[in-house]
Amino acid sequence: MALKGLDIFKLTPKTNCKDCGNPTCMAFAMKVAQGAVSIEKCPHMSPDALRQLSEATEPPMKTIAVGEHKLGGETVMFRHEKTFVNKNLFALYLCADMSDADIDAKLAEAMKVDYERISERMYVECIFVNVSDTQTAERGIAVVKKAAETGRDIIVRCKKPELAKEIVSAVPVKVLVGADASNWEAMNAVAKEKGLVLGVSGKDLSELYDTIEKLEAAGNKNLIINIGGSSIKDAFAAAVQIRRAALKDNVRAFGYPSIVNVERMAPGDHVLQAALASLFELRYGSIIVMGRMTYADALPLYGLRQNIFTDPQKPMKVEPGIYALNGADENSVCAITVDFALTYFVVSGEIERSGVPVNLLIADAGGYSVLTSWAAGKFSAGTIAKFIEEHQIESKIKNRTLILPGKVAVLKGEVENKLPDWKVVVGPNEAIQLVRFLKDYK
Amino acid sequence: MPFTAKPRKFSAGIIEIPLGVGQNAVTIGGGNVLPLYYFDNPAKNPPAVGVEITDTGVEAAGLPELAAYYEGANTPAERAKKAAAMEGADFVCLRFEGADPGGLNRSVADCVAIAKEVVEAINKPLVIAGSKNLEKDVELFSACAEVCSDKNVLFLSAREENYKTIGASCALAYGQKVGAESSVDINLAKQLNVLMTQLGVQPQSIVMNLGSAAAGYGFEYVASTMERVKLAALEQNDTMLQMPVITPVASETWSVKESIMPESDMPEWGSLEERGIEMETVTASACLASGCDAVILRHPTSVKAIAALIAALL
Ligand code: B12
Ligand code: SF4
Repeated sequence: MALKGLDIFKLTPKTNCKDCGNPTCMAFAMKVAQGAVSIEKCPHMSPDALRQLSEATEPPMKTIAVGEHKLGGETVMFRHEKTFVNKNLFALYLCADMSDADIDAKLAEAMKVDYERISERMYVECIFVNVSDTQTAERGIAVVKKAAETGRDIIVRCKKPELAKEIVSAVPVKVLVGADASNWEAMNAVAKEKGLVLGVSGKDLSELYDTIEKLEAAGNKNLIINIGGSSIKDAFAAAVQIRRAALKDNVRAFGYPSIVNVERMAPGDHVLQAALASLFELRYGSIIVMGRMTYADALPLYGLRQNIFTDPQKPMKVEPGIYALNGADENSVCAITVDFALTYFVVSGEIERSGVPVNLLIADAGGYSVLTSWAAGKFSAGTIAKFIEEHQIESKIKNRTLILPGKVAVLKGEVENKLPDWKVVVGPNEAIQLVRFLKDYK
Repeated sequence: MPFTAKPRKFSAGIIEIPLGVGQNAVTIGGGNVLPLYYFDNPAKNPPAVGVEITDTGVEAAGLPELAAYYEGANTPAERAKKAAAMEGADFVCLRFEGADPGGLNRSVADCVAIAKEVVEAINKPLVIAGSKNLEKDVELFSACAEVCSDKNVLFLSAREENYKTIGASCALAYGQKVGAESSVDINLAKQLNVLMTQLGVQPQSIVMNLGSAAAGYGFEYVASTMERVKLAALEQNDTMLQMPVITPVASETWSVKESIMPESDMPEWGSLEERGIEMETVTASACLASGCDAVILRHPTSVKAIAALIAALL
């Protein structure tokens, strides 16, 4: 939260000694508030005032590291205001009470999901292991070890400090969830000793707030807020209210990332869990714990996440030019599309799947999709002809067949007019149909 | 020190629009809090879930559950009945896929007969979606508006190019509701509402279709457009953006790769039907979270899940 000049002035010695190069302390305070000078320029600030200032100028939400990932650090409620900075992570839910066979199957299923989408690796980043109070340490350790073999970041949920301590001492863990009003001191000791992020919960927001204040007073600011029990309504309310309090109402204690467990809210109901995960991707879940992660879950959820956590100011673009796919050479057919990264990714993926050598031409279309750029006049017969000329396609490629995206079939006639030497072919509407199309065409 | 959350209600609200008539009517819109924030103020009307059918049949290749659901339903009216009976369904959307001049080019007269049968067969509100052909939809909508008069049907959609005729016939002549379709842009949405109201269509007869995309396919623009529209409506009391929002989700999600790639081509992806359901469900949930007041879906499993999600948040 930005401090006002007057608030800063109150903390200065108010002696107007001019050592900072300003005529008065007030003038100095005003400059600091604008960010024009740093507070260190005044040699006479008391340590207490400096501490107050650094607290007041801290970002409203802390950035917490989980393994190589960062969580939190958000500054806005909506992505159109400014980019969301740290994407949410996904965790697979396991419980030490499950049978070994179930655990193995769940892990194996989730590990199969590991793919790339527009230069981003898509996989379950974390594994969440629930260890109930009645569980033995051996069992807890065995299950956590199994989970740790995957190499993913481990989150352990355990409410008994002694049990938690035994487990985290035996296996490398990144997050320990389970602190609340009743056990926070002992849990804090375990987490601090091992340098773990500590997950805190409360029976309501008030209790949660108190516990976080106590943890902070005890010197722990490496926290994550564990949202909600099993009620969907309460969990959603808490996720929004906590984020809103932190960013809008300057409630420091709530300035932490969150963890939500959708498996607990909809046990075994994978479709409802997917709906919930989608909701929490948009509304302030930082780690989303799911009962399973298959391709059916991952494809839409990771796609959505990739959309939501992008910079609203700049579209994801690829460089215009010739992309020779499947070993294409100067005699291979050409297909043209736009420089929107998503479009390139989808189209090149399908061409690769077909195995047919194709020169994929990426025109400069402002980083927009086919229809968007067409509607905006950035992908037209004129721009296509200009692209062919500027990139000297005719001297680089001998083949004179050009496949157009089916969605801009209307351009065919005009493109033919502008490029009389070319045979212009209208391709299918959807990239997925390209595989069949190219195989048949060949 | 106890923490008390500050509820955030606005003095402005979203317009309430009833669809259908009598006991079967469903009201969409209403409320004065951000989307799904019912902890700030209880929901006036929960978001509605519609089930889409087409005049042409059930596209159920590779979707055994969906095929089984509609088994034995051979006419649009029979399919509409099944759609209306789906668990979680609030209304039915009849999409005239077959009317497209580039496709089957079903005549307006035939479409009208289908619309009449369908509206009479179901006990839930009806939404009629067109062929997406600008000229054909004009004819189609005005003819359907006439035979469905007194049924309070919503027509999807009028666009900038054809709003005059559609607004005049559907809303002004027959008192139906009209969808105002724009393409993922708050200014275009507002402009179309302004034009429609200048034509004489009451804001109480307009439902916005802000455009959509499947999750992963440019959805960030969809989310931000919806969020900005709701903030403008509530925070800034922009009366030209206070109409409720409807989103045809199914027609976007069932055409993307994730929902159509056969399992035989991509064995590791697993069941095609499950992928399609989740793509539809995740997209619908994201639409609701961003500010949509009604979604249109296809699969019974998605309809059930989204209805359950809404019920759980009330
Ligand atoms: C997100 C979006 C935007 C974003 C831009 C995102 C971007 N980077 O492109 C924003 C908000 C900026 C935008 C703006 C506009 N948009 Co826009 N937008 C969309 C939206 C929702 C999704 C587009 C998308 O990302 N598609 C995904 C990509 C992968 O699709 P694609 O590029 O077409 O590629 C597919 C196929 O074409 C094919 N393919 C691609 N290349 C090739 C090549 C070959 C050889 C083959 C065979 C196939 C093939 O494969 C892909 C997958 O199948 C669509 C609606 C929709 N649901 O599609 C509207 C849409 C494209 N937009 C539209 C319009 C009108 C506009 C605007 C003119 C109006 C406005 N909103 O202001 C502006 C123009 C931009 C400008 N600044 O002037 C219209 C176009 C209408 C039409 N039929 O002409 C659409 C269809 C919305 C609608 N229903 O009205 N838009
Ligand atoms: S150096 Fe410090 S005390 Fe002296 S005038 Fe500047 S702000 Fe005031």
